[in-house]
Amino acid sequence: MCGWDRRTEEQEFIYTLPGTIGTVRIRKNGMYFLKKRRIVREFEQHPRLKEFRFSFGKIVKNPLSVTGLSLIFIFFLIAVFAPVISPPKYEQEPFRIPHEGYSVIPNPPGPGHPFGTTTKQYDIFYGVIWGTRTAFRIGFMVVGTILIIGIAVGSISGYFGGIVDEILMRVVDIFMSLPLFILAMAIVTALGRSLDNIMRSLIIVGWPIYARTIRSSILTIREEDFIKAAKALGSGTFKIILKHILPNAIYPALILASLDIGAMVLTAAALSFLGLGAQEGYADWGQMVSLARNYIVGPQGQPFLFWYVVTIPGLFILFFVLGWNLLGDALRDIFDPKLRRK
Amino acid sequence: MAEPGTTDSILDIENLKVNFYTYEGVVRAIDEISFGLANGETLGIVGETGCGKSVTVLSILNLILPPGKIEDGTILYHENDSPVNLVEQSDEFMRAIRGNEISMIFQEAGNALNPVLSINRQVSESFLLHRQEELCTLVLKNIEKNLQKKRWPGLLLRYQKAKYTGKLRKARGNNLQYGRYGRLLKRQATELSIKLLESLGIPNPSEVILRYPHELSGGMQQRVVISMALACNPSILIADEPTSNLDVTIQAQILTLIEELKDKYRSSILFITHDLGVVSEIANRVIVLYAGTLVEFARVRELFKKPLHPYTRALLRSVPTPGKNGRLESIRGNVPNLLNPPSGCRFHPRCPEAMEICTQQKPALYVRKDRDGEKHMVACFLYKE
Amino acid sequence: MTCNETEARVLSELLEIQNLKTYYPIRSGVIQTTKNYVRAVDDVSLILVKGECLGLVGESGCGKTTLGKTLLRLEKPSAGAVYFNSEENGGGKLLDITTFSGNRLKQLRKRMQIVFQDPTTSLNPRMLIKNIIGEGITIYNLARGREKIDRVAELLNSVGLNRDHMMRYPHEFSGGQRQRIAIARALSTKPDFVILDEPTSALDVSVQAQILNLLIDLKNEYNLTYLFITHHLLVVEHISDRIAVMYLGKIVEISRTKTLFAGALHPYTIALLSAIPYPDPDIRRKRIILTGDVPNPIDPPEGCRFHPRCWLAVERCRIEEPLLEDAGDGHFVACHRKDDLAAEYHTHRYRR
Repeated sequence: MCGWDRRTEEQEFIYTLPGTIGTVRIRKNGMYFLKKRRIVREFEQHPRLKEFRFSFGKIVKNPLSVTGLSLIFIFFLIAVFAPVISPPKYEQEPFRIPHEGYSVIPNPPGPGHPFGTTTKQYDIFYGVIWGTRTAFRIGFMVVGTILIIGIAVGSISGYFGGIVDEILMRVVDIFMSLPLFILAMAIVTALGRSLDNIMRSLIIVGWPIYARTIRSSILTIREEDFIKAAKALGSGTFKIILKHILPNAIYPALILASLDIGAMVLTAAALSFLGLGAQEGYADWGQMVSLARNYIVGPQGQPFLFWYVVTIPGLFILFFVLGWNLLGDALRDIFDPKLRRK
Repeated sequence: MAEPGTTDSILDIENLKVNFYTYEGVVRAIDEISFGLANGETLGIVGETGCGKSVTVLSILNLILPPGKIEDGTILYHENDSPVNLVEQSDEFMRAIRGNEISMIFQEAGNALNPVLSINRQVSESFLLHRQEELCTLVLKNIEKNLQKKRWPGLLLRYQKAKYTGKLRKARGNNLQYGRYGRLLKRQATELSIKLLESLGIPNPSEVILRYPHELSGGMQQRVVISMALACNPSILIADEPTSNLDVTIQAQILTLIEELKDKYRSSILFITHDLGVVSEIANRVIVLYAGTLVEFARVRELFKKPLHPYTRALLRSVPTPGKNGRLESIRGNVPNLLNPPSGCRFHPRCPEAMEICTQQKPALYVRKDRDGEKHMVACFLYKE
Repeated sequence: MTCNETEARVLSELLEIQNLKTYYPIRSGVIQTTKNYVRAVDDVSLILVKGECLGLVGESGCGKTTLGKTLLRLEKPSAGAVYFNSEENGGGKLLDITTFSGNRLKQLRKRMQIVFQDPTTSLNPRMLIKNIIGEGITIYNLARGREKIDRVAELLNSVGLNRDHMMRYPHEFSGGQRQRIAIARALSTKPDFVILDEPTSALDVSVQAQILNLLIDLKNEYNLTYLFITHHLLVVEHISDRIAVMYLGKIVEISRTKTLFAGALHPYTIALLSAIPYPDPDIRRKRIILTGDVPNPIDPPEGCRFHPRCWLAVERCRIEEPLLEDAGDGHFVACHRKDDLAAEYHTHRYRR
């Protein structure tokens, strides 16, 4: 059908849905060509796809995970379509919340301000919409970094054992004993007040648990027969870690990561509330609550007068963290080999 | 030898059907099995992985947990002259029976013992649960002896006895948890346990009893498990592959021990194994299971000398025997997936003598008489009259 | 038993193990000083002839698995030498592989492989069969691309599976099939020597028969040498040419299979043989029950290691450790009382 004689490994097995057009990567004379071909016959599904569909099926059947996924998906849409939902006033700085006026007293939701305004008339609606982007950024960047650091340290420690393990674990102990808030305050004092500094302090404090998790799963997997078989085949150390150990050991860390995304955002919000985070007027959920510190409780007799100031960013934080927690729980149920094929 | 349904049998299983409702579908684990255990005999249950031997005995004790469910069938337990259907009984009734009249020993002795409790706690547990009357009587006897030694006047003696009886009864009622009197009972149970371990051939029982399971070797652990099972003198002992994980010499020890104990306690034994050598040594009669169905039921000698069912024949031919070199015969194909078992006779896809009817109907248990007039039952259309 | 002399003999030998010791140090205390050693393999000497199947029998704790792993350099040997018949210089030279490292070790690994006991844990559950079997081929660059796939398919066919089983995960297969995949993986690097560590112990009887037949066929076809480690005497009797019996880290008896079963000379072997349950209800032998449990390899008994459990033990057994001595016709026994036992056989005392 495609007319080439020499075929590469990938082309040997075409895995797409029958009846569709699949693209095939072909190598001839050292160059890559893309060729479309219509898949007429039914090919057996690629096993990785089969496994993925099985996992996916489990996800969509579990109501909690569906809730979690939907929440995250909604937030994802909000983040992606932020410029459409609430167009930025300052073109160069979309994260700067627009404010009309400098009045300190927050205004309730009304025309032009669907969620009202906080102190200094910052628009809450704009803030929470663009704050979604900030939240994703904090979550992914912090957790991504600590995953990488944790995996690296944990794998080396777990696989090699002995003195290397001891030293690295003592390093982990030291980092684990650093208090987050004090550290954040120290960094902010030294380097200035910004979201990046909060993220740095979160990274410094957050990675040890990943190292420990990975190390403990590696300690179990290291003794398994298939690792010994790989060694007997002559596989090099690095290759064994990458191809054999990590794909099996990484699942607890991934579950932890998905739960941590929510937790990191929550902690960052707390730090921002304390005033350590972004500059005033930056679109960040915690920062917005911090702005209205004086107006959390209203005047005598009307305690909930300024409810929107705390509640609305608070609800965004709540649902964001909830979504990731539910997803993390669902992932754990899916990846647990005992429950997997019940 | 007794047959199922007669007064001499102690357990009768009729048309037992067990299903497992899993995520992927209904697994028909046991499909209408019927057999009987006679009083005082050892019945060997032979089969390969997935044939349902463990499920069968677990259902006797009603230990099948969801998603498994006993769909159908009766399990008649003949004790005290009135048969009782164990399938229908309440949890309380079963709890009184388990460990007391029907007890079980498992394959991995290490797993059957709680690693954080001492051996003392675990063996005494059987006594404390089921033999409370006996313990109380023994404690009272000891107290009486002690008091008589001190030569207390008769009235005081009776008063003390009454006091202790009352307190012991209360301790019993409170599940022997706390208090001085509860401790008296526990101490008595410990003494009984030491005697029991000694009778099982464990050296230094008073020392061993204070240890934890991981401090003992595999053979010792299995002996402890056996002692826990025999503590209350059960009428039926179920042994689920008790020696599969043990070394050959330890296995020989345990098998000899089980034989001795069977004579001493006069129990009937249900012995599950996949090792044909073990079953030929220890069993009186044997049932062969395949994929959740009973395929053959005969006395052990008959089964080995004249196996009738094609599966049994193939199984016996695939065991390496000394002096017979060359290729071993193997059964073509694989064990069927019980989500979708084969129609009719479950062995027909792999059977070298399969006929048309085997794919359509499930064979009933046909009865043949063996040399001594005993029943030899086989579920195969080849033997239909 | 040294290996000098005739070149013919050297050429027919694949492996010669001389006084091999593998000790595991037991450390305790704050600074982790070595207090004692677990003497897993204690002074073992063996010769493996090309093309034969040597059965290694013993109970748990005797060190047979450790011996296998040490040969493969998965464990570090503490002392002794293992001479492997190298192909350099026309195949006449035996090199001590305990000294190999780096690339030389890697090239050596190509020639000896292992099949493990539990087929479930010996295959990486997250790897495709294609990659599991193909790993060996990739490491040594034996084939690439299409050729590699063909070679993997060929290996699968030789163990009785199909080409399209390649693109599946291990959990989709039964125990017997997984063990076949493990065997195919062991054969992927075209080894001369395969260690089989209880390959059928975790399998059902009928599947065991299939795998044993397969192993015999493969041995004949590819001219392999097997070291068959097991505790199941009937299985090893069926497949091995010679059998070595190990107890507490030492070899107590080696002989040809028939000779061993007809007349074993070490009391431990006799006890083992008498403890085997035969699938024949007519045979009711008197089991020789050994007292006590298998002792600990940390503190083995003085003198002959078996003497606390031996019913034939005399004073000499408590003091002096017996060495492997020739009892005629390639039958070696380490027992002070072997002559008495040989005499007993003539009076049919211990016959089965």
